[in-house]
Formats: sequence, structure tokens, C-alpha cells
Amino acid sequence: MMWDQWLVTGFGAVLIVLIVWFFWFKSLKGTRAEVKEQVQKAFIVVKGGYTPDTIVVQHGKPLRLYFRRDEVASCSERVVFPDFNVSATLPTGVTTPLDIFPDKPGEYEFACQMGMLRGRLIVE
Amino acid sequence: MLDVPNPNANFHSANNAAQMRIGIKGMNCASCVSQIETVLEQTEGVVEASVNFAAHEADIKYEPSRIDMDGVKRAIETAGYQAVDASPLTDAGIEKAEEEQEAEYRDLMRKFKLAAIVSVPNVLLMYPDLIPGLVEIMPHGSTVQRGVWALQGVVTLPVLVWSGSQFFSGMWAALKHRSANMHTLISIGVVSAFVYSIVATAFPGLFPADTPAEPFWDVTTVVIALVVFGLAMESKAKGKTSEAIKKLIGLQPKTARVVREGVQKKIPVEEVVVDDIILVRPGEKIPVDGVVQKGATAVDESMITGEPIPVEKVEGDEVIGGTMNKTGAFHFTATKVGKDTALANIIRMVQDAQGSKAPIQRIVDKVSGYFVPTVMIFAVLAFVVWYDFGPEPRVIYATVAMVTTLIIACPCALGLATPTSLTVGIGKGAENGILIKSGDALQTAERIDAIVLDKTGTITQGKPALTNITVMPGIEEDDVLRLAASLELHSEHPLGEALINGAGQRGIELTEPESVQATSGQGVEGKVGSKQVLIGNLKFMKAKGVEAEGLKDIAEIYTPQGKTPLLIAVDGEPAGVVAVADTVKEDSAKAIKRLQALGIEVIMLTGDNAVTASAIAEEVGVDRVLAEVMPDEKAAEVQKLQQAGKVVAMVGDGINDAPALAAADIGLAIGSGTDVAIEAADVTLIKGSLMGVVTAIEISRATMRNVRQNLLGAFGYNALGVPVAMGLLYPFFGILLSPIIAGGAMAFSSVTVVSNANRLRLFKPKGGAA
Repeated sequence: MMWDQWLVTGFGAVLIVLIVWFFWFKSLKGTRAEVKEQVQKAFIVVKGGYTPDTIVVQHGKPLRLYFRRDEVASCSERVVFPDFNVSATLPTGVTTPLDIFPDKPGEYEFACQMGMLRGRLIVE
Repeated sequence: MLDVPNPNANFHSANNAAQMRIGIKGMNCASCVSQIETVLEQTEGVVEASVNFAAHEADIKYEPSRIDMDGVKRAIETAGYQAVDASPLTDAGIEKAEEEQEAEYRDLMRKFKLAAIVSVPNVLLMYPDLIPGLVEIMPHGSTVQRGVWALQGVVTLPVLVWSGSQFFSGMWAALKHRSANMHTLISIGVVSAFVYSIVATAFPGLFPADTPAEPFWDVTTVVIALVVFGLAMESKAKGKTSEAIKKLIGLQPKTARVVREGVQKKIPVEEVVVDDIILVRPGEKIPVDGVVQKGATAVDESMITGEPIPVEKVEGDEVIGGTMNKTGAFHFTATKVGKDTALANIIRMVQDAQGSKAPIQRIVDKVSGYFVPTVMIFAVLAFVVWYDFGPEPRVIYATVAMVTTLIIACPCALGLATPTSLTVGIGKGAENGILIKSGDALQTAERIDAIVLDKTGTITQGKPALTNITVMPGIEEDDVLRLAASLELHSEHPLGEALINGAGQRGIELTEPESVQATSGQGVEGKVGSKQVLIGNLKFMKAKGVEAEGLKDIAEIYTPQGKTPLLIAVDGEPAGVVAVADTVKEDSAKAIKRLQALGIEVIMLTGDNAVTASAIAEEVGVDRVLAEVMPDEKAAEVQKLQQAGKVVAMVGDGINDAPALAAADIGLAIGSGTDVAIEAADVTLIKGSLMGVVTAIEISRATMRNVRQNLLGAFGYNALGVPVAMGLLYPFFGILLSPIIAGGAMAFSSVTVVSNANRLRLFKPKGGAA
């Protein structure tokens, strides 16, 4: 092989490693829900993803999540918590509250309806 | 109309506060909250106010007799804020979502148009040999051709930057979360094509002289045009999937004609409170749920129950908000308002169900997390392999393979496959009076192979009706019935009611009985006109000294048929026997036949004695009967069937059968009137008919079939498309896809998935026609 082919091959290998590292080896920092009047609250911005995408809450206390969707693309118009059978339509620019009662500790996923945007709810 | 006494008029004061929600604009800081709350609470008629800063809304408890919505709005405005109508109680988003969708569609179409217009010259100029005379003007490799290429680059740039803008913003937003989506793939694909084209135009010397470089301006613009067009079509088609819920929301009336303190007033429906007396005229929508207080009419309830024939309503009957009053004017008392109405509950249940996930989607969820980065890796591999081992011009082949791979992959088709079908299927259920609680329930309903039907109230009407009259020689049937029913005129015993209704159906006028005396568990006696009438069992007759042997013989005909015979004597002489039984609903037999035709074993479960049970079972065609089952044993019977390996559905009334409904793989509750939110049930049948069970299973099967088609199509498309795009066919057949074809295929694949889901909208319950 010529030097340029080695170069392209090497560059490709590095790119693949980078892709794997960047998308699959991310550490998720959780955001703890704030507790106010016995209700846990957290605010989540929806834009290409959920910010924050990991919410840490305590079990046995009602949780109210406020979602604000800052994009128009219809992909993210609905957020679904399959384990709680709870979902909400999120109109653009409107803060939509969603109530959940996390009674069992564990890790629960939430996502848009198509599963492209994902977040986690960690119940302690 | 106005002089109807309103017994509740005085109760609208302090102890009967109503609730309203008002939107507030102009709140910039959290301190506005307490300011508005203070102003409101000082306003006369307001009991309590709580402002939600995040939602920009206030929940206000108020006394309807002292202030109305306009008054509250004025109070908010005097505090320096703007008061607006709050989002509707049932769903904040749906109308806005529809507007947004329309705006998104228009935006995408504008972007598509620009890309399409620029695409025309871009494509033509890439193939100058096809246009007579063009090669003479711009020969291959000439400065003129390079100049034209450069110009093309200039007009392509706005297409990339504007028409393709949502790809870049979508990619960027996802990258910040270290995730990737369709936008990522398209962005990298078109930018690669664009950058390559710049290099090919500006530095032709970098390419081998015998295979001169050609830019891909056409690829950049055509791919953007196709994918944007696909997105627009998808957005349009997705809007149609939620048509059913939009129809339900459209049913909600805006105003109500309330009679308060003798005065009729038209008010917004949000201000109606429980116990309000409401007037509904013919042709008007019934605003909330309630009970008819005065008047009679026929109501079209098809929009809620799916029942096409208008239902007669008289005093004491329930009416459902959102249904259409047909013939007469009537007054009714509101029993459920706001978010408690049947319609609001239905809308909420349908929306929750449409948002829920079917278990089958778990596969997709697993895959979709890895899908896009995997495609990116494949694209890199394709480039490297083509560059290292491919024929000349290697750079061009490698670029084409990479760009095509990125563009052909369609994560959207995968993601859309299940939710769109589910949305249509569950909506279809709601249109037919069937509320399916979740995707899980929908998926399970497909696999049902045994169905347990509760007898009373499910197969049968649930209340006794007159079935037979046999009289002694020389006595008229109608005379006996008139006397018996008249005697029972004020009875609250269900058997008595059956007689009264039976007489009513025959058009018999009843007379007021005198000195009525009941002997518990035996019978009743009294005077009707000049006659002394006795109704009861054999023991009662004997105790009263009636020679009842003849009546006994007649009664013994009915008992084995599962009917209850009532012996009647007039003036001490035996007169006849009326038989009363819980009758079978008219389409129960048809529904059971359909279920059996679907390959489902039908089992009847009842607490009744074996005689009555088998009589009914025979009538409707059920072979397997579990009789004399105590209410608390019903769940155990369901579990026994499950242990035998059956997927069991239980159909019952939701109250007595709740444990059995919960124990079954899927519980279907027969709803009654406005009570639709049945907790224990996975499916609620708003219309009482068993045909709903058939339709529910048919919808489940049709929907799941549709989901599978979609999943197969989406997985199959990607599994075939990506390797072909990488050039897998090239060594064998010399086929390498053009990125333009990939763009078309990608756009087409997701539109196909949504359109296939929309096909479900054509679903019609077969049972109804059979």
C-alpha cells in the first residue's frame, strides 16, 4: 500500500475509535431534583436531547418534572416514561409539568416517542 | 323554560366554590406570583388563588354567584398583568401542536422549493453531454467549465445553509448530548459532498489526470431537496395519525346554558359547577355530564359510544357531555364537570395510551441507541476500503460510498414504525367506543386465546325483565299483568320493576294500589281497584290459602329455564304466572360466535346456580360454563386457566369483577354511562355490547400486524440499504448506488412507514357488518 493509503487507513481507525468513545462511553452526571414542600421538582430543557438527561430523585416522594421544548422538530413532541405509563405532549416554548410517583428505587429510562432522545431517572 | 325551580340556586354561595384556570402573561419574576395571588385573594368572590409561575397560569377557587371569569380577568389586569384563556383542561398542547405542525410543514416546503430549484441546473450542468451544444460552450476540463462549477458552488451554498439548516441544528443539539440522529447522518453526508466539490473545483490537480475530478453539487442539493421533502410529507402524514384524538377534543362544547337563581345564562363551560341546572335545546351539544331533571329527548351518543342509534333519555337518566341532543329540550343537573367528565377522561386515557410504548418497541429502543454511530463507522469503513482497494478514481469512489452510506440509513423509519401504528390503532378504538389503556394492552389483546365472560351485566342486561305470562283459563294476560304491575307500582324490588316495565311495553295503564303489604322473601299483597291481588311464591300462596296446585305446575316449567316464576292470585283465586329473567343482550350470541370464529375459547363465569347459567349458556352458544363461583373466587378461576397455558381475557363490570380483571392477562370492563375510567381494566368498552370485545381484538390484531409490517420494512430497508450503499454489490455486479438515489430511498422509507400506519385508519370492525 502507498503512504496515502496507510494515512487514510490510520485516520479511519482513529475516527472509528473516536466515534465509539464519543457516543458510547459517556459518563452521565446526574442532576438532583430539588425538594420543595414535599414535592421533588426538576426542570428539563428539550432540545436535541434532554438537559439535564439524568435526574436523581428519592423514592416515595412525588416528583414533578417541568419540560420545556425549545425546538420545533416533531421528533421530540412527546416525552414518555414507559415504566410509569406516563407521557406528555410538549408544545414548543411552553413549560409542561409532568407528575410521577417514584415508589421503587431503580433506574428508569425516559425518551421521546421514537426513542431518539433519551434520559434517565435514577430513583434512590 | 325559565320557571324551572332550581333547588340548588342557594347553594352556590361560600360552600360551593367553583374552580377555574386562567393564563397570565407578563410574569417576569417569581415575585409576581405572590403579588397576583394577593390581588386575587382580595378580590370579592375569590376564595383562593394559586399562581403557577412555570405554567404561567393561575388556579382560582371562586364563588360563581359573586364573580365570573371576566371579573377575575379584570382583577388580574388591574394588577398590571394580562389575563388570557388558559389552555383547555384536557390537553394544553394539542391545538398548538397542530399549528406547529402546520408551520413546520410550510417551513420545510419553502426549504424544499429552494433546494429543488437549484437542483435543476445543478443536475443538468453535471451532464453537459446530454444537452446539445453545451459541451462546445464548456468543454471538459476547460476554464469555462471550472468557472461554471464555481458558480454552482455559490448557488449551492444557500441551499446547504438554509434548506439544510435543520440538519445542522439537529446534529449540534444532539452532539451536545453526545448522541447522534438522522440529522447527524444527513449533515455529515451533504457536508462531505459539498467539501469534496470545493476541492474538486478549486484543486483539480490533486486528482489523477486520466480520471479528472467532478464536483457533487448536484448530490448536495438533490439530497437536501429529497430529504426535506420527505420530512414535510412525514410531518403531514403524522398529523393524520392523531385525527381520532383531535375529533374527541373537538367534541368539547364551549358554552353552557345554566339556570342559576331562576335566571338563564350562557357561560363558558369551564365555569359550570357540580349541581348546576343546565338547559339543553334540540340540536345543541350537552356541555357536561349529568342527570336529566326535567324533560325527555333522544341523544346521539355515537361520538362517545360508537352506538349509531340515538338513545332515549327521560328523567333520571344519565347524559354524557359532548353528545348531541336531538329531539327535545330538557334540564339536567351537572354531576361531573371540567376534567372529571367522561369525555375529558376518555381524551386523557387515549392520549396516555397513544403515548405509551408497546413491548415490541423494546427491540427498536435497544437498536436505536447504537444505530447511528454504527452507520457512521460503516461509512468510515466504506471510505477506507474503497480508498485502499478500490479502482481509480479511488477518492471519488470512496467519497460516493461514504456519502451514500450516511444518507441511505434511516433511523427515523425505525423510530416511527411502532408509535405511529399505535397512535392510529388506539385512536381507531376510541372511535368505536373502545378505550385501550396502553400499548402493552393492545399487544396482549392480540394473543388472547381464552376469554372469560361474566354472565350478569356482560352477556345479559344485568336486570330482570318480564319474559312470559301464562294465565288460567278464562283470564286475559293483560288483565293479570295490569293488576300485578299496579300492585308493584311503588316497589323497589327489581322483580317489581320488571313487571312495571313489561306492562309499559304492552301499553298497559297502571292504577294506584292500596294497602300494599309485603312479606319479605315471599310475596306482596294489596288492593288494585276493587280486586285483592297476591303476588309471590308457592309458599306465599299456600299461606294465604290459595289453591295453587295449577300455578305450581306452570311455575315448574319456568324454573328449569333459569327464570323466576311469580305466582299471581286475584280475589283468592289462582290467576296466572309471570316469569321474569335476566335477558341476554341482543348481540351477545353474535359476539360470542365471532369470538369463537377468531379461534378463542369462550367461557362463561357466574355466581348464579347451574340451572340459570346453563340456560343462558345454551342461548348464546357457550359450551364451557363455570357456575356458582363466588365473587372472590373469580380471580382464582382466571388464574387456573392461565396455569393451563392460556392467554386469558376477562370481561366484566369493573366493580365486582375488579380482582378477576386485574388477574387476567387483559381485563376488559363493560362501562356504564359516564363511568369510563375503570382502574382495574386494560380496556374499557363504553358501549355495553359484547361486540366491543370482538372489535377490540380485531383492532389489536390489525394494529400489531401493521406494526410488524412497519418494523420488518424499516429493519429490512436498513439491513439491505446500508451494505448496498457501502458497495457490497460492486465486486459482483459493478453496482454502486448514487447518493441521490440513497436520498430518495431514505425519504421514501420513512414516509412509507407513516403511510402504512395511516392505512389503519381505514379499519372497519368486521363484526358490525356480519
